[in-house]
Amino acid sequence: MAVAAARSEEVAVEVKSAFGTAVSDAAIAAVIAFFLATPILSYKTVEEATSLGLVARWPQVLMGVAAVFAGRLALNLLWPHFGGVVAILKASWARLGAFFHAIGGWRTVLGVLLVCTVAASVTGHLAVNRWYDLLLIAPLAVGVWRRSPAWLFLGLALFFPFAPGATRYYIENFGILVLIYVMLGWGLNVVVGLAGLLDLGYVAFYAVGAYAYALLAQNFGLSFWICLPLAGILAAFWGVLLGFPVLRLRGDYLAIVTLAFGEIIRIVLLNWQSLTGGPNGISGIPRPTFFGLEFKADGGFADYFGLPHTSLHRIIFLYYIILGLALVTNWVTIRLRRLPVGRAWEALREDEIACRSLGINVTNTKLTAFSIGAMFGGFAGAFFATKQGFISPESFTFWESAIILAIVVLGGMGSQVGVALAALVLIGGTELFREFETYRMLVFGLAMVMMMVWRPRGVVSGRVPTIAIGKTHRIGGDLVQEGRG
Amino acid sequence: MEYFVQQLINGITLGSIYGLIAIGYTMVYGIIGMINFAHGDVFMVGSFIALLLFLLIGLTAATPLIIIVLAIIGVLLIAMALTAVWGWTVERLAYRPLRGSFRLAPLITAIGMSIVLSNMVQISQGARVKNLPPDIKDRLSGGFQVMEANGFAAVISYRQLIIVCVTVGLMTFFTWLITSTPLGRAQRACEQDRTMAALTGVDVDRTISLTFVIGAALAAVAGVMFLVYYGAIDFYIGFVAGIKAFTAAVLGGIGSLPGAMLGGLLIGLIEVFWAGYVGSEYKDVAAFSILAIVLIFRPEGLLGRPEIEKV
Repeated sequence: MAVAAARSEEVAVEVKSAFGTAVSDAAIAAVIAFFLATPILSYKTVEEATSLGLVARWPQVLMGVAAVFAGRLALNLLWPHFGGVVAILKASWARLGAFFHAIGGWRTVLGVLLVCTVAASVTGHLAVNRWYDLLLIAPLAVGVWRRSPAWLFLGLALFFPFAPGATRYYIENFGILVLIYVMLGWGLNVVVGLAGLLDLGYVAFYAVGAYAYALLAQNFGLSFWICLPLAGILAAFWGVLLGFPVLRLRGDYLAIVTLAFGEIIRIVLLNWQSLTGGPNGISGIPRPTFFGLEFKADGGFADYFGLPHTSLHRIIFLYYIILGLALVTNWVTIRLRRLPVGRAWEALREDEIACRSLGINVTNTKLTAFSIGAMFGGFAGAFFATKQGFISPESFTFWESAIILAIVVLGGMGSQVGVALAALVLIGGTELFREFETYRMLVFGLAMVMMMVWRPRGVVSGRVPTIAIGKTHRIGGDLVQEGRG
Repeated sequence: MEYFVQQLINGITLGSIYGLIAIGYTMVYGIIGMINFAHGDVFMVGSFIALLLFLLIGLTAATPLIIIVLAIIGVLLIAMALTAVWGWTVERLAYRPLRGSFRLAPLITAIGMSIVLSNMVQISQGARVKNLPPDIKDRLSGGFQVMEANGFAAVISYRQLIIVCVTVGLMTFFTWLITSTPLGRAQRACEQDRTMAALTGVDVDRTISLTFVIGAALAAVAGVMFLVYYGAIDFYIGFVAGIKAFTAAVLGGIGSLPGAMLGGLLIGLIEVFWAGYVGSEYKDVAAFSILAIVLIFRPEGLLGRPEIEKV
């Protein structure tokens, strides 16, 4: 009896001290929040006639500090009970996986989706014209046959412009924009994800492609379809030119030199007024044509096919161009991974010294990765120029490089699906919240930090080796050695 | 000659500011091997804190000089302390959870933090250029004439004198801190081998936090100096100054404190002389090109130790 009483007292003391530490920890957090907010958030500068004035915002700041205290306290008190919840979630996730295998994996899931899509199509719930539904149904059917969810994404991407609710605004500002970043992400993935070279100046090649198309079209009147390969070749040439002297450098030194090159190219574009128009940029860049047909009211695409003229045709055409370019990038990358040069890239990423001792020409291997990545950046740049009709150095700042690199790393280096998902979430997510313009970039930055802390190796962190003895196994992210290329 | 001397003075002043920021980069890189991209924005936050403090004190044209000097010292100390809290928080939230993780992960969180800091200031203070009140600016103008010929005088302004003196003082203090205090010893130990340092009883997490605190405090000093020197700041200064300072750190040899200072001075001088004798359009190209050339021929930087490759 006495023992039990003593024990309950002990438990009470323990609970009390746990509560005490929780409170004191929350108080420390609140104090830190207070110092963080003073004075940078608690006073706002306002322009007055002769000088700057100050407006105090103490109520909001104190409320924020109180919120930090309450949040931290709640977290401290609830965290010990959180383990159970996590365990339940993990168990149900594992059970879900087992169930998934029991019912036949992707084939069944995609099959069910296919049946639903066909049913929706027959009842007329999908596109306005039922023939367009085939864009979704056909890839899904292939997906069922090949047991691969990638075909579902392909179907969704193909069908997107005709999906119910896809207005011109969404196709242009969501679809095309996300695909540009998917393509840039896949291009940079060759350099960073496969060859393990940290490139912080990727936007330079994007700029070279864009200016190459704009200048060739304006000065020589060449069409988009002739300039597109030229822009890619020029960007690849610049990749070789910049890469040759610096690819001996390792890791972070390479990063800083590529960053410097990116900035140099931007500054030159900004100051070479006679060629690039300086900060005013180049406007009136010609639009692409559909086998020589322009997208205009009279005698254009719509007239030729007997359709009523809308500006939507051009937008959808642009959407399919960038989708095609992105798919080419993806396909080339997948094929390259199976070639000797692709295997050399991945070997280089894992261990440069081993590569050297096996007789791989390290400089040439790096140079091919750098220039092929640059070529895709050049294609994307040419597309960007023709889509916007106007380019200026402002579109090619370091932040573009940083965002593309973030997409590659967040997606999981080397993973094609992961990169596409990361581009969709980061770019698409921030585009959808365009109404909250002021807070958009703030949330973007916070999302980058939180996603990285949550999954340091990216969303799709595991890797499937392109070659293996016997059956190929997926390698978990924690087992993948980082490269120091 | 007078023109040359004037450019030299300006270059040294600018170089001191870059050098102070570069120390933050170089110390963090030395100890955890990451490029702290948010450091430039920590400098910007420090600069804004200083501006707000100056406005809160409310100096006027009639304030005696001694009060102004005291005010600057006070603002410097408070800005250092508050910015240090920011530096600590950034490390705690964005880098510590990724300690020992994959190499690129902290680089991405650093870029994220940089976006967060610059946008936070943009939202809370507005995107416009903020000017130091003219009263304070006027009181700080003037200077010593060094030499004069053909109607052109080379002048060291009071502001430049303050900046150079504070920088030299702080450099001496921090060199002493790193070379002959227990904290400096712990810091150097962590730099060489973190696991081994932990085994010998060094609190690695605390040492790394302190490194960030010191780096942020020095960035705050640079921020105050920048504000006093140019008299105008905006939320974007962190990016440009950060890139230059990082260039300076790499140029001088990353991981080396004197190297950071030398690199900062070189970048400042290159920039000022290029702008003075060639033209200001391509001054950044000159700085970056010299960085690329130095790295190609001497990858470890001017004063850095070559990295030994181990299998």
